[in-house]
Amino acid sequence: MKLGLVIDLDTCVGCHACATACKQWNTSGTIGPLSDQLPYGKDPSGSWLNRIRTFEVNKAEVNQANLPSEGCGSQVFDLHALATQGESALAGVGVNGSPASKTVHMPMSCMQCEDADCVTVCPTGASYKREEDGIVLVDQDKCMGCNLCSWACPYGARELDEEQGVMKKCTLCVDRIYDQNLPESERKPACVLSCPTSSRVFGDFDDPTSEVSKLTVERAGQALMPELGYKPTNRYLPPRDKGEVAAMEKTNEPALSKLKKWANRMIAR
Amino acid sequence: MKPAFSVLFFTVTSGIGYGLLMWLVGVQLISSAAVNVNNFLIAGFVGLTLATLGLLSSTLHLANQKNAWRAFSRFRTSWLSREGVFSLVYYPVILAYALLIYLSKGELSLLTYTLGVLSVLVALATVICTGMIYASLKPIRQWHNPLVTPLYLLFSITSGALLYACMLYVLEGQVSRSITVMFLLLLAVSFIAKMLYFRVIGKPDGATIGSATGFSQAHVRLLDAGHNADTFLTKEFVFDAGAMKLLRLRYLMIILAFVVPLGLAILTLAWDIAPAIFIAMLSLYAGLFLERWLFFAEARHVVRLYHGDQRA
Repeated sequence: MKLGLVIDLDTCVGCHACATACKQWNTSGTIGPLSDQLPYGKDPSGSWLNRIRTFEVNKAEVNQANLPSEGCGSQVFDLHALATQGESALAGVGVNGSPASKTVHMPMSCMQCEDADCVTVCPTGASYKREEDGIVLVDQDKCMGCNLCSWACPYGARELDEEQGVMKKCTLCVDRIYDQNLPESERKPACVLSCPTSSRVFGDFDDPTSEVSKLTVERAGQALMPELGYKPTNRYLPPRDKGEVAAMEKTNEPALSKLKKWANRMIAR
Repeated sequence: MKPAFSVLFFTVTSGIGYGLLMWLVGVQLISSAAVNVNNFLIAGFVGLTLATLGLLSSTLHLANQKNAWRAFSRFRTSWLSREGVFSLVYYPVILAYALLIYLSKGELSLLTYTLGVLSVLVALATVICTGMIYASLKPIRQWHNPLVTPLYLLFSITSGALLYACMLYVLEGQVSRSITVMFLLLLAVSFIAKMLYFRVIGKPDGATIGSATGFSQAHVRLLDAGHNADTFLTKEFVFDAGAMKLLRLRYLMIILAFVVPLGLAILTLAWDIAPAIFIAMLSLYAGLFLERWLFFAEARHVVRLYHGDQRA
């Protein structure tokens, strides 16, 4: 079995329900509690196993920074370019609110990688990947809080619990999905159950007939940063191409006549 | 990456300690002259103290120290575990060697010789493991780089050579020309390797915000990171010193770690101005500290792509 998630970027509305449901379930789950620091203070922070980032994606402009660039390569020190051009040497060009741009919400939790470096770098054996279903877990009793696994994770999936000094990460709700006391429809991760737009699908990627496998094939599910070679399990379904939304035309019609037209339309109903 | 003082102190100080011990034992094994037992024990004590202080400091950054003993359990997969094992194995080897030297009043028997070679190998392995902890991390291209481990090794042996020269002056009252020349050669090699390293990390490479989000054929930028206060991820990975400051510190590092020790070591050789070698040592130590700080400050973890960076 290769359990994981498919996340539909077309329908995700970025409501953070998955993250809060995750926090609620897991703070009293096998790896809980997930402590918070100054939860009601000015700068509240804490351990989360799922975070949602929002991006602007503009298909009209291909990002030059995305392509292998030769620009800075000729210089001995990239820092020289940075120091003279400022952060613009690293940042891309502006997007300018083009109609082809789209807001994409991207929830990210552990990708349950097949080649999980977070497991191999762990010196204590606290991090492990289950052979039977591929879930990567942290044994809270063995972790010494060295942070090395979080350094080895490219997806920011691991967060140190500042209060307990041990590493926390997504468990794929391992304490839910096998619970025989729950009705079968609820044997899913908390984030999947809570998603109001059903943008999150849980299943076995080893089974070609499972919903996650089918969705990945039909909608060309993407792995994030495949070039690092971690073989992440989770897949992201790109937004459907719906074309541009026409902008409203501006008219010079006086407000009074607009009001009359609107009133007539209302009465005609 | 946020530079953690305990880790900077650990890698620099342990590196010098192991470097000194490698020179001390190495020279003893190669040279035909009789060993001065007292001098060996004093210099060895200094080396071992530095290595130990560094190792103790490395445990300070652990958030859950009571489980530190478990770190020896994953020798087969984890470089951190290997480093822990080698650093621990080093103690009985070097102490047995020192004891035999003491008991035999400096005579090298076959057993002493074997232990000496073994101690050098284990010290080398420990420093290599330290380098590999960083070099094995794929999400940080400034670390996942074939020059990183050789640099850790070079800096350890180079700074060890200078400290060895200082110890020889204190204990024997004269500057060892051969060790100082060796130091200068190693310093030159380290300098070339470090400049190559800067050249390599200066070239854009690796993951971009496009590959991080899966939109490789579009322009992508972060609108909202999803939190309004710092998180573990921003605290640990997002460290911005500013390019101008980093550049200036690079020059300062080159002056402290290379130019000043080079000049003072040449001064020592040419005019026998021995105290200069101590100033060279202090300058090199400060320079290496800065070098290690830059090693962290300039490292850009790919998780920064989810916090506003466009490329790694």
